[in-house]
Amino acid sequence: MSILVFVEDWNGAYKKASFEAVAYAKSWATMNGNRVIAVTNTSAPAGELAGYGADHIIQIGLGSTAMGIAGQLKELSAEVSGIVIAGTSLGRSLAPALSALTGGALSTNTISLPLSVSPLQVKRGAFSSKGIETIELNNDMPIVSFVPNSIGLEPVAGEGNLERREVSSNDALEVLSTEVASGKVALPEAEAVVSAGRGLKGPENWGMIEELADVLGAATACSKPVSDIGWRPHSEHVGQTGIQVNPNLYIAIGISGAIQHLAGVSASKTIVVVNTDPEAPFFKAADYGIVGDAFEVVPKLVNALRAFKAAS
Amino acid sequence: MDLLCTHSNLGANHNPTMNILVCISHVPDTTAKINFTADGTALDPAGVQFVINPYDEFGLTKALHVKEAQGGTITVINVGPATTEPTLRKALAIGADKAVRIDATPMDAITVAKELKNHISANSYDLIICGQESIDYNGQQVPAMLAALLEQPFANACVGLSLDNGTATATSEIDGGHATYKASLPMVIGGKKGLVEEKDLRIPNMRGIMSARTKPLEVVPATEGEGPTKPVSFEKPAGKAAVKMVDAENVDELVRLLHEEAKAI
Ligand SMILES: Cc1cc2nc3c(=O)[nH]c(=O)nc-3n(C[C@H](O)[C@H](O)[C@H](O)COP(=O)(O)OP(=O)(O)OC[C@H]3O[C@@H](n4cnc5c(N)ncnc54)[C@H](O)[C@@H]3O)c2cc1C
Repeated sequence: MSILVFVEDWNGAYKKASFEAVAYAKSWATMNGNRVIAVTNTSAPAGELAGYGADHIIQIGLGSTAMGIAGQLKELSAEVSGIVIAGTSLGRSLAPALSALTGGALSTNTISLPLSVSPLQVKRGAFSSKGIETIELNNDMPIVSFVPNSIGLEPVAGEGNLERREVSSNDALEVLSTEVASGKVALPEAEAVVSAGRGLKGPENWGMIEELADVLGAATACSKPVSDIGWRPHSEHVGQTGIQVNPNLYIAIGISGAIQHLAGVSASKTIVVVNTDPEAPFFKAADYGIVGDAFEVVPKLVNALRAFKAAS
Repeated sequence: MDLLCTHSNLGANHNPTMNILVCISHVPDTTAKINFTADGTALDPAGVQFVINPYDEFGLTKALHVKEAQGGTITVINVGPATTEPTLRKALAIGADKAVRIDATPMDAITVAKELKNHISANSYDLIICGQESIDYNGQQVPAMLAALLEQPFANACVGLSLDNGTATATSEIDGGHATYKASLPMVIGGKKGLVEEKDLRIPNMRGIMSARTKPLEVVPATEGEGPTKPVSFEKPAGKAAVKMVDAENVDELVRLLHEEAKAI
């Protein structure tokens, strides 16, 4: 039997979460003596996948929508005892669609490797990071969708063999266009996030936030009111009702740390807070804090980081 | 105003009246402190206030906008025990025409999706709007499962929807950008802020609250058995160690800590 892993690419390049998915599948497969079958697009560099544990790689002409791809994966899942899908925006539609099509029990928002394999138990985030659930997936083809960045990457030595298959894809949904900002780090996958709130006073002050993000190779984010008043796009809104992030580093500038904001960011590994108010609730959820005016602290921090990068 | 619009008004663009289903999840208020029962197997509801899932509020207001533009009926539905009825009544007070509660205490999303599918197959809806995610179990599962079960087109993380004579154009957030889709109705939407703007969200007014009391709330028996997943236990995340404060004049020290201690840069 095998663990099937879906490997997503964007214009022929793999997302980091895709390697993490293969590594996840490898860890799971090792626990129950299975092989890893990776399913990827014909136009993607399949060879890279063996280095994370893919034993067998099937290239197909992937459909362009979650439903289309779900139907294709179902076709390929005959001899499969488990499926791994990274919780990217595509994966978050694909995994439940595939679960409904195949009857495979599903855990989404998963934040651990399998705790046990038969039956499968994993941990997942619930109640907007205010709780962690251990869930049991009790059937013969469990599907795990995990939160990108929550597992980590472990390269392994390996050689995968490659196979090309024709699997047709059907979906009544027509893709008219896609628009993805190039050169910007996508928020859900970012390893570092620089986030700013109403303390910034107005949209014209985001230059220094972008500079800070730039030195760190970070994505930019904002609090909910900032996107509601249109200072920043909705796609940057993080928190309980926005995007939930768990980067290695989250820097919050001029954000008070309301419970709804924390709910979406508190899983970040290291949190830095810059706020003029020493009583701001965010400090209680932070690892490092600076009480100070963003307009003074941020430019200094940009310079200090530039100096650090230049020296290292 | 709402009542006047329920009868078909074939506007200049020949839009047919719409039979819309809005799926409503009943969740702890965003400010709720979350605790689990002593044996750790379930949420402890003591002291928790429940509300309409915030993502679903955008869907409900969107449904009202559609109805106001082209006429139709809005049904709200929840799969849950009788304790969810106040949430459905609130949705009626905001402007839905009728409510359905499928009487079940579902343990997983697939069971919810199958119950919804059974209801939808027996009634015909032109548009099914769910919230992208409910903020209790954060599964993001029901909408895509439902679309797959119904074999209907699906747009998730939907931040814009326009309808023209039975054809929908939907804009969805994707990682780092947007995608625009086209589909023939009926379809399933996983909605979020952007479907309507925050400032346009409807809240119940006195007249709405009064009329909600007499709007129909139908209770339907469950048809599905147990699903394949089972919660084993819940725990709270480990708390953070005390914050280390760094002087605003000494950002170099922060850089050092981030590098040497946190290994974050
Ligand atoms: C149902 C619901 C859902 C919600 N979901 C979310 C969500 O998903 N995400 C979210 O973010 N919020 C959410 N909220 C809103 C949340 O409750 C807060 O209102 C919001 O997070 C506050 O944003 P803020 O910190 O930017 O602004 P404020 O609370 O106004 O805080 C601004 C902060 O900036 C500091 N400041 C001011 N000037 C400076 C300066 N010069 N330098 C440094 N610091 C300065 C102030 O001390 C203050 O702490 C939700 C609310 C509700 C009711």
